[in-house]
Amino acid sequence: MAVKRSTRATDIGDDEADVPLQAVLLADSFAQQFRPITDERPKVLLPLVNVPMIDYTLEWLASAGVEEVFVFCCAHAKQVTSHLEHSRWTSQSNFTVTPIESRDCVSAGDALRVIDQRGVVRGDFILISGDTVSNMSLKEVLKEHQERRKKDKLAVMTMVYRRCKPHPLIYQTRLGSEQLLLVVDPSTKQLLHYDSLKEAGGRESTKQQTLARQVVLERSLLADRPAVQLCSDVQDCYIDICSPEVLLLFTDNFDYQHLRRDFVRGLLSDEILGNKIHTYEIIGDYAARIDNLRAYDVVSKDIIHRWTYPMVPDIRFASPETGIKIGRSNIYKEDGLVLAPTTIIGPSTVVGSGTSISDNTIIRNSVIGRGCTIGSNVVIEGSHIWNNVTICDNVQIRHAVVCDGVNLKARAIIQPGVVLSFKVVIGEDFTVPAYSKISLVLQRHEEENSDEELEYAEAASGVTGSSPSPLYDGMNGSQTDDGEETPQSPRWDPLQVGLGGAGYKWSTGQDDEWRHSVAPIPPEKIKEIVAREEEAELEDAARDMTTSSRKDNVEEQPEDDDDEDADEEDDSLFFDKEVEALFSRAVTGESSAENVVLEVNSLKLAYDRSFSDCAGAMFRALLNLAAQGPQTTSRELLQNTKQVLLQWGPLLRRFLKHQDDEMEVLLVFEEICTEDKKEYAPVFASVLQELYDKDVISEEAIIAWASEKQHGDEADKIFVKQCERFIQWLQEASEEDDEGGEEA
Amino acid sequence: MGAMSFQVVVLAGGGGLSKELFPLVTKDLPKALLPVGNRPLISYLVELLEASYIKDLLVVVASEEAATLVENFISSAFYDRLRVEVVSVPEELETADVLRKISHRLTADDFLVVSGDLMSDIPVGAVAALHRRKDAAVTALLCGRPNLKSSEGSTGASSKDKTKQPVSDIIGLDSSQEHLLFLASSGNVGKELKVRRSLLRIAGNMEIRTDLVDAHLYAFKRVIVQEVLDSRPGIKCIKRDLVPYLIRWQLGLGATPAPASAVSDEGSDPPRAGSVENGAPAVSISGDEVSSLLQRVCSIDPSPFKCCAYVASPGKYCARVNTLQAYGEVNRAIADEMISLTQYEVSSHNNVVHETAVMGSKTTVGPHCMVGEGSQMGDKCKIKRSVVGRHCRIGSNVTIVNSVVMNYVTIDDNCSIQSSVVCSNAHLQERSSLKDCQVGASYVVGANQEYREEALAKKEKSSS
Repeated sequence: MAVKRSTRATDIGDDEADVPLQAVLLADSFAQQFRPITDERPKVLLPLVNVPMIDYTLEWLASAGVEEVFVFCCAHAKQVTSHLEHSRWTSQSNFTVTPIESRDCVSAGDALRVIDQRGVVRGDFILISGDTVSNMSLKEVLKEHQERRKKDKLAVMTMVYRRCKPHPLIYQTRLGSEQLLLVVDPSTKQLLHYDSLKEAGGRESTKQQTLARQVVLERSLLADRPAVQLCSDVQDCYIDICSPEVLLLFTDNFDYQHLRRDFVRGLLSDEILGNKIHTYEIIGDYAARIDNLRAYDVVSKDIIHRWTYPMVPDIRFASPETGIKIGRSNIYKEDGLVLAPTTIIGPSTVVGSGTSISDNTIIRNSVIGRGCTIGSNVVIEGSHIWNNVTICDNVQIRHAVVCDGVNLKARAIIQPGVVLSFKVVIGEDFTVPAYSKISLVLQRHEEENSDEELEYAEAASGVTGSSPSPLYDGMNGSQTDDGEETPQSPRWDPLQVGLGGAGYKWSTGQDDEWRHSVAPIPPEKIKEIVAREEEAELEDAARDMTTSSRKDNVEEQPEDDDDEDADEEDDSLFFDKEVEALFSRAVTGESSAENVVLEVNSLKLAYDRSFSDCAGAMFRALLNLAAQGPQTTSRELLQNTKQVLLQWGPLLRRFLKHQDDEMEVLLVFEEICTEDKKEYAPVFASVLQELYDKDVISEEAIIAWASEKQHGDEADKIFVKQCERFIQWLQEASEEDDEGGEEA
Repeated sequence: MGAMSFQVVVLAGGGGLSKELFPLVTKDLPKALLPVGNRPLISYLVELLEASYIKDLLVVVASEEAATLVENFISSAFYDRLRVEVVSVPEELETADVLRKISHRLTADDFLVVSGDLMSDIPVGAVAALHRRKDAAVTALLCGRPNLKSSEGSTGASSKDKTKQPVSDIIGLDSSQEHLLFLASSGNVGKELKVRRSLLRIAGNMEIRTDLVDAHLYAFKRVIVQEVLDSRPGIKCIKRDLVPYLIRWQLGLGATPAPASAVSDEGSDPPRAGSVENGAPAVSISGDEVSSLLQRVCSIDPSPFKCCAYVASPGKYCARVNTLQAYGEVNRAIADEMISLTQYEVSSHNNVVHETAVMGSKTTVGPHCMVGEGSQMGDKCKIKRSVVGRHCRIGSNVTIVNSVVMNYVTIDDNCSIQSSVVCSNAHLQERSSLKDCQVGASYVVGANQEYREEALAKKEKSSS
């Protein structure tokens, strides 16, 4: 094995033979398709055919010749690192797994920025997420990537995709992801356009609707190429071969969050730097990413059906302790099973060791974990039962996910699409309706419409660190929910989990649960889609016929162009204005401070701003408000400012994430004093002191600001001079702090 | 009926209508009879069809006078070999309307529609065979784009914007390169190209080509086309309306353009290891209803509408004589690499000079030139890369470069002709000089005149 890998390394790049092949594995998908399960356990540790997902990814990386893997953990970092510590990966020669922890990342972009800061990546690396199952050889794609790089330094990334069935129904049945469209130059394999319908179809408007039906390509794409390839029958594997420049790009563009939505789009639309993305199609090999429950189900089945060979249930790559027997039509039985003679195990089923199954139970197309107890006359079909699950007599489960430690009492019926999170108990005779999600953890209610990533940030900060026992967490939930309840016995709603059951039902607020659940898409939904599509088709045809010369193509264009040009010009002005408008709504009481924070955050994303921009704009709004009050003298102005700061300082504080942001506020303040609101100039020092007293600006920021100004020219130093005494005092205070500080 | 029971409709254009070819084409010289390499244009197409054993032709000519002229030529040249019927239609009919007009004459299952100005060595039979094999509603002939850019600016004064940049087509093909998914000429596409997602969903994969042009040779299934033409009076033009309409409908009915790519691995036993036949692993759907539904959606019964494309192999020649520029190009090509189309015998000087042609002393005819029957040349003439027609009288010290001189043209001493076209019976008087000009039939260019980039024609003869 070791020999093989070293030869691989020399194959890959002669000049870079000393650099080990590195991979960055994101053990956090920064999404929440697997909630509520992922509230208790990170997604990469969820069992996929009885093996944690991350082990598939690591096994593949190890066998593909990767020598160094950096596992980036964010949510539930402790669980991931402890899993890695106890796995066999730590003891392998020629393959090192190094966890990188960071708590405050909310997106893949943040994660890559952290990795860039650490400076661990030295050469080309493979970027994947911890939920990737693949058996592809990296040799070919690496070779292509590196050869391209030699000729063209701007070819920074190679994206791997796989062909699949074109029809949307099959597409969704397969992986539940939305339609993807790649436009590729067939001769160079360069990616020209990346488009997934999910993003386009977000808001409902006529323009979006036409976008949903039509792909708009720039004519210039075709200009200097004889041909372009439009592929919609492809699946993005989220396996990227990246050059180190990719990390720099993420650091330079701090607003890049999502790998595809921001980064790939950003590169494609950027014509100045001219960075290029290329593509690589896997033929024959398997690769898939599990980004939702349907993908989970489909990939499970692919594993059972051995498409992912050698990552199949009977080759124990992750936990070699138990033996497994494979029977006809893909029935896998681990050693140590207790099966009643009348048990029927149907095709495509895996049963883990230590599980006992009683009389007349039927199991088909399912995965049963280890240590489960299954009663008699049970029917399990197309389901994923994890470890240590207790299923009593006469229970029926169809197309559901049942997590560790769940207890299903007698005669319970679990309908398709249900997710039962850890240790949920379902009472006797209870029927869990289709697509329900039940967890012992109470659902947090977040603002709807807020950005996915922000939402996640809250979720992550709420759960990170410890891995609380589900029960404890559940009690917490009930306490905050309703004061009456005693911590000892949370009162579960029998309407949700049956008598004697335990768990909260999560509401998702979406009615397209069927799209991403493990259950097959119900026939009526399929009929609906087909009908809708045919209708749209007819409409289109009718419209096309009425405008035979297709003049409408031309009409729609102008508005787009105008929009963009204008945006570029006064972006910052608009941004400031919008923030001020939001702020004034908070002042008049039209909206709460909480909402303002959210809305400014969304503005920040919309305009590609940083927190310091937000803080600056907010501060400007504060001062404008203060200046509006009745004031004739500087003293009155100062008084007003103090009032405003007292009330709204905490809000401003929300945007000061970093010392740099605070300095930005000071710089904006200076700008205001010299430009649009000169009346503040005389009171600069006093306001600064007020900001300090109210804990809006820290003394470190003030001192940093002053020392930065030290080297500027005289005109720049007016305000520093004005505050000289105050700054001096701050400096002395901080020095004396160390000794025990007597001066006040 | 021909061997393949294909009827062929040749849209031969008319006399004087095509503004692109002013002042070459007149009432007396319909487009079909325009000399190319000293032979009427249409003869090349007829021979091309004959080579594929297609002998039933319906030649449609706009205006009656032109039709008579064309009929006279064809019946004299091909009377013993082909069954050719020449019909006239009113001028100014668009192509789809022409089809409607002659619809009652179509009886074969399939018919070819071909533009009369096509010059090619692509076997038409192969197009017809593909059409039959695929049982397609329409099969279009596509070929590599000729490089017209080289002689930019040689167009005449009456040229429109269109002729300045070669109109290139935007063509969408599926991965097999045999199915036509998209067709638009770039003139109709604005800055943005819009492609319907439903099309991509069904096709899965489409290659958009700009290096191909539509040769305006289509094989149609008669029943479908007649039905569409009857029910859709809005369809005026074959290329702009009819073919795109058929392309849309091949998808609109939900049919897959490539039935081979329909669900084939459903329920089949997957192999034990990861050897996949380029497809996705089996979709495991339990519930028969669902899978049958899916199947119905994905592989609906083969639709009558299937649009195919025959992409000519790269070395093949294909050009249309539809602009002045193209006329010049085609003449040069015919005297050069495409000489095989003419079946003339090439001399050791790599040119074709008729045995009855007379040349004075020190007159040189360079390679890739043609001189027609009975033409006379004085002393010290130079002819380079040009075609000179029959019975021309050329004086002494005349230079003809890169030009076409038709029949019975008189050129006096010391004239110079560059990159120009001189029509029949024209007269160039002493020391006149032409560059990038077109001289209409029977026009007299005065002595010592110099013209650049002009179209010279007699007023009463001009088409408008």
